[in-house]
Amino acid sequence: MPTGVACADARPPTPDPRSCDLSSTATAALTLAAEEGEGFHAPTLADFFPGPIFGDGTLVEFNRIMLVRVIAAVLLVAVMAFAASRARLVPGRGQNVVEVLLDFVRVNVAEEILGRKEAARFVPLLTAIFFAILAFNITGVIPGLNIAGTSVIGLPIVFAVIMYVVYLRAGIQRQGLGGFLRTNLFPAGVPAPMYVLLTPIEFLTVFVLRPATLAIRLVANMIAGHLMLVLCFAATNYFILEAAPALKAFGAVTFVAGLAITLFEVFIAALQAYIFVVLSAVYINLSIETEH
Amino acid sequence: MILAAADAVSGNIATVGYGLAVIGPGIGLGILIGKTIEGMARQPEVAGQLRTTMFIGIGFVEVLGLLGLITGFLFQ
Repeated sequence: MPTGVACADARPPTPDPRSCDLSSTATAALTLAAEEGEGFHAPTLADFFPGPIFGDGTLVEFNRIMLVRVIAAVLLVAVMAFAASRARLVPGRGQNVVEVLLDFVRVNVAEEILGRKEAARFVPLLTAIFFAILAFNITGVIPGLNIAGTSVIGLPIVFAVIMYVVYLRAGIQRQGLGGFLRTNLFPAGVPAPMYVLLTPIEFLTVFVLRPATLAIRLVANMIAGHLMLVLCFAATNYFILEAAPALKAFGAVTFVAGLAITLFEVFIAALQAYIFVVLSAVYINLSIETEH
Repeated sequence: MILAAADAVSGNIATVGYGLAVIGPGIGLGILIGKTIEGMARQPEVAGQLRTTMFIGIGFVEVLGLLGLITGFLFQ
């Protein structure tokens, strides 16, 4: 039975090909084309819920994605601690890389959006979130790990809730509860009747959509990336090992596409970490500024 | 040929729905990034600021396309 090269986790075989909706047409086309062999197994959402390693059925059920998260967290802390413990006034090569990234969050994200004065309070948090998301995202393309720690909704929700609490708290601290609600729900410079329309929308935006989209954007990007990778490498496996001789050449095409998508995923991993902290900084800024 | 194949094609109509769902964000991203490039070409000195603003906008537009993606999984 062919399994995806990129997806080493044991996933249950899908009994019904109709359940894999994302690539069902591709599957159908491929099975039509080959009409033999065991067929092509398209990636499904089951990839993201691998069987437990231990603690089956209990509250502390520990599966492969958890393991990947632990590895990523430990590696991140180890790298940072190593760089910090050997910090010199004249930075070496390794320290330089870490410093460039730290500086990037401080200068290009926090200070550019919040301003130098306000940024100081939030730089540690934004930096920590940026590095954490980057580390958890990048595991999606590391051979052997092959799944992003953020590709199941739990972790993105944790990050989003942290930012939610932080930007609400920052706003209420600065303007008081009443002032915060007034500037956010009743934006200045709008004719009064418009508030009937505007206030519910603003309420949804501030209290529901902002944190929800932070989490959904991150998780959906990681799911889509993983599915694209698995699709390419599973297709390569199928074309080269099982498909009719005339179709074997397509294996090369899907393999190259898989490599290209791997590189693209590295870019996406960094971009999503960046977008998450940029939007967090923007939300904090929207909370703490009193007048537009 | 196509009709004959149509019999054997199984799958979920949500796949088509996702195709439709990405048209809007696709157009949006095109306009957004195109206009940013235009602005950068006119005033290279504000390129950094434009880029940041563009990524913020991309974040908002992109989530629409991704909502389409997860809806496909949620309502199978």
